[in-house]
Formats: sequence, C-alpha cells, structure tokens
Amino acid sequence: MELKDAFVELLRRASTDLPPDVENALKAAYEREDEGTPAKAVLRTILQNVELARKNSVPMCQDTGSLIFYIDMPEGEKENFYMSIIKEAAEEATKRQYLRPNAVNPITGKNSGNNVGKNAPYFHISRWEKDEIRVRLLLKGGGSENVGTQYKLPYAPLGAGRDLEGIRRVILDAVYKAQGLGCAPGTLGVGIGGGRATSYILSKEQFFRKIGQRHPEKTLAEFEEKLKNELNELDIGPMGFGGKTTVLDVFVDWQHRHPATFYVAVSYNCWAFRRKTMIIKNGEVTYYD
Amino acid sequence: MIKLKVPISEEEIRKLKVGDEVLLNGIIVTARDQAHKLMYEEKPDFIRPYLKESVIYHCGPVVRKNPDGSWSFVSAGPTTSIREEPYEQDIICEYNVRGIIGKGGMREKTLNALKKCGAVYFHAVGGAGALIANAVKKVHTVFKLEEFGSPEAFWVIEVEDLPLIVTMDAHGNSLHEKVLKSSEEKLKKLINI
Repeated sequence: MELKDAFVELLRRASTDLPPDVENALKAAYEREDEGTPAKAVLRTILQNVELARKNSVPMCQDTGSLIFYIDMPEGEKENFYMSIIKEAAEEATKRQYLRPNAVNPITGKNSGNNVGKNAPYFHISRWEKDEIRVRLLLKGGGSENVGTQYKLPYAPLGAGRDLEGIRRVILDAVYKAQGLGCAPGTLGVGIGGGRATSYILSKEQFFRKIGQRHPEKTLAEFEEKLKNELNELDIGPMGFGGKTTVLDVFVDWQHRHPATFYVAVSYNCWAFRRKTMIIKNGEVTYYD
Repeated sequence: MIKLKVPISEEEIRKLKVGDEVLLNGIIVTARDQAHKLMYEEKPDFIRPYLKESVIYHCGPVVRKNPDGSWSFVSAGPTTSIREEPYEQDIICEYNVRGIIGKGGMREKTLNALKKCGAVYFHAVGGAGALIANAVKKVHTVFKLEEFGSPEAFWVIEVEDLPLIVTMDAHGNSLHEKVLKSSEEKLKKLINI
C-alpha cells in the first residue's frame, strides 16, 4: 500500500468506525436509562447510527471535525515529507466523502473544499527514541469544541480557589453551561496548569486515553471517578434531554504553572469520540483504536 | 409516533407538544449560518416556495455528486441551532415556516416566534449522520453551492420518516429550558452556592 493510501485509510477508520471502548460505554449508558424516555431513544439511535456508519463505511457524523495529528518520529525522519503526504491524503479522503470540507478562511469566508489550508490539518510533531513512527489522529467536532472553555483561578462567581476543590467547581460549571450542546454524553479532557495555550493542548491530549483509563496518580484517579459521578447527577442527559448519562468519562492531567497563573482548560468531546492510531515500522503499517 | 407530511398546516403544528415523537415526510430545506444571515438580511425570494409551510433543517451535510450530475446525502446530522437565534424569529414569520430541525434547542426569541407564527422546534439526534442520511431519499436542488460551499448551501431535500422529537412547541414550552433549570439547581447543590 502506498503511504498516502495508508493515511486515507487512517482517516476513513477515524470517521466511520467508533472505537470499541466508546461504543461499549454508550451501550452501558443505554442499559442504564429507563424505558420510554427520550434519553433511551437517543442512545438507541446513536448505537444504530454507529453500526450503520461502520457497515456502510460512511461518516458517523456529518461534522467530520478538525483534523489534529500527533506524530512521534525518530531523529532523521523528515517532517515535511509526512505533512505533505497527509495533506494529499486529507484531500483524497474529502473526495471520497470520508471527510466533509471543514477548512474555512475566516476573513473571506471561503471553504478550501479539501480540508487543507493554513494550519489545516494541524500537526503536533515530536521526536522520540523508538525506531517507528506513531501517528495519532483526532477528528474533533466543531459543536463540541464550541462548548470547551478555560477558567482562571480563583474564579469568584463559583467560589473556586486555587486547589482541587476549585478545579472541581469549574468543571461542574463547564458541563452545566454546555448542556446538550456538545452532543452529550460527552467525554472531558481537562488540562490543569501551564499557560493559556498549553493548558488547552494538555486537555486535548487526554483524548488518547481509553474510556475508564484512570490517571496514574491516585489522587487524580479518585478525582476523575468522583467527578464523573457528580457530573452524571446533573441530569442533563443524552442530547440535553435529561437522563442518567451526561458524560462518558473525565480525563484530567496537570503540568507546572507560573506562580501568578492558574488555568483550567476543559475540552469537550462529543459522543462521536473519533480517534485512531497508526504505527509505521519497517515499512509496515498497523492501525490501533 | 406521529406522521407529518409537508406542507404542514398551522392547525397540525399547534397540536404538537414537547416530548412528541414525529416521523417527518416531504420536501424540506437545509440552512445554517450563512444561509440564515442571507435570509435575515436580504429576504431572497428563490427559497420562498420551498419554505412555505415546510421545515428548515440546521445541517451541513457530507454530499456525493453522482456520475449523472445528481447529488446524494452521505452523512447529515443536525448542527447546533443556537447560532441562528439572532435570525430565526424573523425567518420563521417572514417565510411562513412550520418547523425548525436542529440540535441543542433555541432560546426565548425563537420560542416566541414559534408561538406567534405557528411552528415547532424538532430535535434530531446530534451526530446520527449516517442514519439520517438514509432518510434523505432525494436531493431536489441546491442554492448558493459555489458561494457558500457544500456545508452552508441551501439543500432542498425530500425526506422519508425522518425521526424527530419535539423539544419546543407552539405553546411556549421548552424541554431545554426545563433541563437548564433543573440542572442549575443540582449544580448549586453540588457546589453549595
């Protein structure tokens, strides 16, 4: 297989094939809801849709998101080579309707028509010691991106101070404010500390964790579990119709901050939590969920 | 399940209430941000015949052009409706629209227009793009495709048994307002303010 085709396949899988950990979490949510409620009807429709998209190889959601690539490569590999092939693949995947054209010039209003443009796709590239290339892809929906938010602690309206309790308060507030608009039940990525930009970057990186995968530090693992349960008590429910599942999971991580700043960035991923990974080693390509 | 067919009379639409499950049939029109801005500012006539007693769908679809030049919908779930809140009240009454399909619900101004001019807000399942595209049986025509791009164009489509839930009715009721209030109370309790 040509490398370009391998990337088209990565895009196809991400857009049409929901990872099994997410699908299982949605199935469990469906089982929890009461018969005859709008929440149950919504989850039934979502599960049917997921199955149909996979079977027919069509996008599960018409908003195929922003293309965000995280690439780890050994020293000596050329960044530009991979970026240009991925751009060609994005164009091809758009032609084949695996992707909707989602790159719009904010000044002219013109859609590039092929998902390629300035910082589109977006690449996070780092070097690592392994002799393989790892390409992780997130298709991040726009509706759920709009409900993402960033707080600066202390935050007086919620009595949120510069501690774990303050962080808890702003996360609860973010999900309350999102209501059903991010296509609930969503998954949260939370970045604590860092600067304005890096707190958001950290929040997005959490989306490569699997549903149920807890933070390695005990305090944060317990915090995530507690917060998930509390968020589900808000009774916002699937699509904001009320119900027992408002979020599928909460992933939190931290980084050191400047003494003067304390940011908490909350990224919201819709139920259509689309991520795939591809490893290139000795010319062989393997895909992972 | 209530079956509805376009054109929908004012009497039919006023019978619907929040929580009703509906299967929609007939010719409807997709419109999102740029289309709404245009309808609000310039009130174009080309779209008038398709909107009269019909339904606006907040949707930016993935489409396929077939070898014979016709179009098909590949994935077509709803987009967030709240962005159209500044425009929708005028559009509903100006074009005699009977329903809005979208996700996330809308606010006060739209709720008032639903009551005043006889229309409802239907909620489709967000993200259910593949399933909803299956209910789109035919693409009749498209307007502003070149200018706006495919997600933002006006797609005139024929739907068959499109599954929807009424979440805002013509009597001033909104499920979104109800959930907002109840979740606010729960939030206050959880953070003790």
